[in-house]
Amino acid sequence: MQTKKQTRDFHHALAVQADLCTGCTHCMAVCPTRAIRIRNGKAIILANRCVDCGECYKACPVSAIAVEQDDLQMIFRFPVRVILIPSILIGQFPRKIMASSIYNALKEIGFTHVFEVENTVDMVIEAGRQIMLENKERPVISSFCPAIVRLIQVKFPSLVDNILKVNPPIDMSAMYYREKLKMSGIPAENIGLFYATPCAAKIAAVKSPVGEIESAIDGVINMDLLYNRILNYLQRKYTETTPPETDDLLSSRGILWSTTRGEAIHSAGRALAIDGIQNVNEFLENIENEKLDKIDFLELRACDESCAGGILMSGNRFLTVERLKNRSDEYRAREDDKIRKVQDGYLDITEHGFLGNIEPRPIEKLDEDISAALKKVERKRRMMCYLPGFDCGGCGAPDCQTLAEDIVTGNGQISQCIFLQQQMIKQNLLSQSQAVKITGDIWGKERLEKNCNKIGAENENN
Amino acid sequence: MQIRHKIAGGDFTRAGNVASAVKKVLQQINIDHKQSKRIVIALYEGEVNVVAHAYSGVVDIDIDSEKIKITIADKGPGISDIEKAMQEGYSTATPQVREMGFGAGMGLSNMKRNSDFMNITSIPGEGTTVELINFIKPDAN
Repeated sequence: MQTKKQTRDFHHALAVQADLCTGCTHCMAVCPTRAIRIRNGKAIILANRCVDCGECYKACPVSAIAVEQDDLQMIFRFPVRVILIPSILIGQFPRKIMASSIYNALKEIGFTHVFEVENTVDMVIEAGRQIMLENKERPVISSFCPAIVRLIQVKFPSLVDNILKVNPPIDMSAMYYREKLKMSGIPAENIGLFYATPCAAKIAAVKSPVGEIESAIDGVINMDLLYNRILNYLQRKYTETTPPETDDLLSSRGILWSTTRGEAIHSAGRALAIDGIQNVNEFLENIENEKLDKIDFLELRACDESCAGGILMSGNRFLTVERLKNRSDEYRAREDDKIRKVQDGYLDITEHGFLGNIEPRPIEKLDEDISAALKKVERKRRMMCYLPGFDCGGCGAPDCQTLAEDIVTGNGQISQCIFLQQQMIKQNLLSQSQAVKITGDIWGKERLEKNCNKIGAENENN
Repeated sequence: MQIRHKIAGGDFTRAGNVASAVKKVLQQINIDHKQSKRIVIALYEGEVNVVAHAYSGVVDIDIDSEKIKITIADKGPGISDIEKAMQEGYSTATPQVREMGFGAGMGLSNMKRNSDFMNITSIPGEGTTVELINFIKPDAN
């Protein structure tokens, strides 16, 4: 099993492709942690600030943000190839396409075993209830969405202790199925466990887990790739293949788990569900001030419509949610409503169900030392008297305050501001040629030359 | 470093803005997040008190490397019996204010719990001044 130890450095699944990036600033403007700057005409992502939420990916007009993925061919290194698919994968396809056809397609792509990620949701519910009884901290915040866990680590450090320290279904299922297959007599080294991911944050979480020692997953396959491969298979004539190995542990609860309110409805007490990272940002900002200890549980998801709106999802997110609701209703009609305890002994929740400590990783501090940081805050406040406050992004930082913070931490200079540049030239503090050089360092030398291949220009798309 | 913020009485939609702004500064100067949380909660309660009871107020925040001193001075009805006002659950808030989720009578006791030092002075008919001090390193107390 390949394992990745938790390290101080965050692994990121998002990267700027410099050859495609035009330095247009769309990504810089939407980043919820102000992690993007423009240098040499290209966007750069600051690793300590990025939470892999994917807002930049959505905003990029030229598809210059790439999502890392493992090569599909790597699955063939293992004789037993297990794919864990979240229920939203099936939710993307029209209702007339049976889940079994999708399973068969996955078999043809090369997987020997297909299990749904949410098969272990009842264990997650059970572990969550245990922890809510023991931990009196309120509100408890779900650990489901890795972008939100990271957002809290970097921007809301005082709330890290509120995060529910329960493994999300993907980790629970990976451990469960690895053990189950081992117990069936398959040598451990023959088992390859793969996860079909709807987003970048889940990739980053697998590659550098937070609050757990190692990930039980061998590789990540991006959902958009699988979606295309499955559609191709379905459009060809259905050939009769032997179906992959699977089981029937999925429940009506599991099917809806990754949709908005999917978790919150199973929480004891008062629970709220919020989706969309800007909404979550705003809400967390409020609860850091007030003591909202009358709310018991918060389900927070980075994407609109939760995982159905993940950046690697191809289907329409609203239709995906509708289909999942229908599928869940079908399951509910034939199950008793009790939370099933999976007590087959393959996974002991008390041993494997819980996360370790989640460390705060504050990004706002201007210096480790308080006296030095105080001086920097004072300098920043003074500087804001001069910066224009337009937040135009012309300096290569998302807004004036960020530029001021970059300057006092030694990562920028005041002459980057295109308005103050003019003032400085007038007062002979800066020469015209220096100003041109500074602007070129930010926007690249060719930026201001004629280029008709831009979006909206004469030769767009040429 | 000194920072001053004004608070308008009766403006509940903006209650919390001062606490948010101060929280950002505390993060920037790398105050331990547990201590920072206490300061922000105490300040938020003070801010809400001004909004709920007074006509206007001024918050002065004085930060040095050892402590954070917050002074919230308002023009308002004042408090005639401070000891009574400090009791948990004691409230003079109007039913309308309570309906908005404020005025549960926990404000002052919450502020005391979340500060290392608190002093209240008040002149009935003129206003109230609350001083809060939190030490940056708890053992420096």
